[in-house]
Amino acid sequence: MDKRFIYADNAATTKVSREVIDAMLPYFTVHYGNASSIYAMGRDAKKAIETARDKVAGALGCESREIYFTSCGSEADNWAIRGICETLSAKGKNHIITSVFEHHAILHTCQALEKKGFDVTYIPVDENGLIDPQDIKKAITPKTALVSIMYANNEIGTIQPISEIGSICKEAGVLFHTDAVQAVGHVHIDVKEQNIDLLSLSGHKIHAQKGIGALYIRKGINIPNLIFGGAQERNRRAGTENVPAIVGLGVAIEEAVKDIDARAEKITKLRNRLIDGILTLPRTRLNGDRDKRLPGNCNISIEGVEGESLLLMLDMAGICASSGSACTSGSLDPSHVLLAIGLRHEVAHGSLRLSIDESTTDEDVDYILEVLPPIVKRLRDMSPLWETINKQ
Amino acid sequence: MLYSDKVLEHFSNPRNVGEIEDADGIGEVGNAKCGDIMKMYIKVDKGILTDVKFKTYGCGAAVATSSMATELIKGKSIDDALKLTNKAVVEALDGLPAVKLHCSVLAEQAIKAALSDYYTRQGIDPLPIVGEIGECEACH
Repeated sequence: MDKRFIYADNAATTKVSREVIDAMLPYFTVHYGNASSIYAMGRDAKKAIETARDKVAGALGCESREIYFTSCGSEADNWAIRGICETLSAKGKNHIITSVFEHHAILHTCQALEKKGFDVTYIPVDENGLIDPQDIKKAITPKTALVSIMYANNEIGTIQPISEIGSICKEAGVLFHTDAVQAVGHVHIDVKEQNIDLLSLSGHKIHAQKGIGALYIRKGINIPNLIFGGAQERNRRAGTENVPAIVGLGVAIEEAVKDIDARAEKITKLRNRLIDGILTLPRTRLNGDRDKRLPGNCNISIEGVEGESLLLMLDMAGICASSGSACTSGSLDPSHVLLAIGLRHEVAHGSLRLSIDESTTDEDVDYILEVLPPIVKRLRDMSPLWETINKQ
Repeated sequence: MLYSDKVLEHFSNPRNVGEIEDADGIGEVGNAKCGDIMKMYIKVDKGILTDVKFKTYGCGAAVATSSMATELIKGKSIDDALKLTNKAVVEALDGLPAVKLHCSVLAEQAIKAALSDYYTRQGIDPLPIVGEIGECEACH
């Protein structure tokens, strides 16, 4: 088979779509006014922001005035957690419930709050990468300020029982935030029905540009600013609005939810073929529940090989992927997500995440399944660890 | 993470990969938990390392440093091999990212471990000649 170029790292970031770029372009050179300005060009920009806000709200099932644009998903996460904790600590609530395998935007924020005296309960996940809502119910105390559980995991793609967690929080009178950066545009979300109080999302995971995100804050929730200095976003998030990026996010989210079921079905089919194909290799395992997972996510551990070496060889074959190995994280520990589902370090080091999207073809899957086995063989042949595994 | 062209070249075409069946010394360092294991095989004739081979489980830098280290000592005397520092391996590879420097330490240690095994097999205490082979600092 001829060499192909396959981008299979859509959980890291996505290609900006043509529709998004076309919608954004006029806001760089034609309607480039500051949305706070009084003249027509400024008003045009303001109108475009509000149209985008309507689209984001439409995708989440909330009101437009409940959507606040941010610079990224991490900012939205930081704002939600730090903001709610600041408000509620004044009322004596100093307890946060989250999970062990959140994105670091959540984990590191919680750790920073622990240093300031907050108590944090880290709910464990089972071997399939799923949270038991009952664990959350048991962890809630009168001191609990916030529950923050990710909608779908960024590494293993597992989708959490968000509606059940939402009901539990509502019943207990505790605010519920979800980091939905990986989920938006891939699964049906309705913040009202699911009793979600705050939700973070990011544009660049759904074919908008990097540097734009949003936080949904249910109306009536009091949350102080993270960024001060202007009246933008109804006084709640200062900073001149990134109009082109906001316009792009609006178009991207509208496109993403438009044909969500058909797209999910198509991608899931390809992904299952990818999973089944790779699992024919000996000593491999799928990480994360097979069914309760994002359509495009394939995360497999390949014993005896190290993830970074695997990625470098796949790159030479034209395939972009990622891994939870320590070497790719820049630290010596492998992914906290893979350790959280009970993988041994050496199995976590050999993980491979392929995240495909709607542009992935059958031929791409064929190519990956043709190229990967000889790469694995080559690395295993030179691996003293594989030698040991084989002797066991 | 930016690897030099030389690192990538040694990673994609590693020199001296494999095992020596009748090796005179074998050294293994690192551990699976940290994600790096290097196993070095040497053949010694009259104080010269006539053949060197390696097997490595690890990242791109681990493979490249193993490959470069074997190239640097193959055909050289034991004395020269003992003088090889991780710094020399890094320089020969046109540098390594800071987080990968421990891989070069492993390469130096793998050579020393193989030489240690060689002396032990000869009935000679390796400690005064090879010295202590420390644990990789990065791993502990």
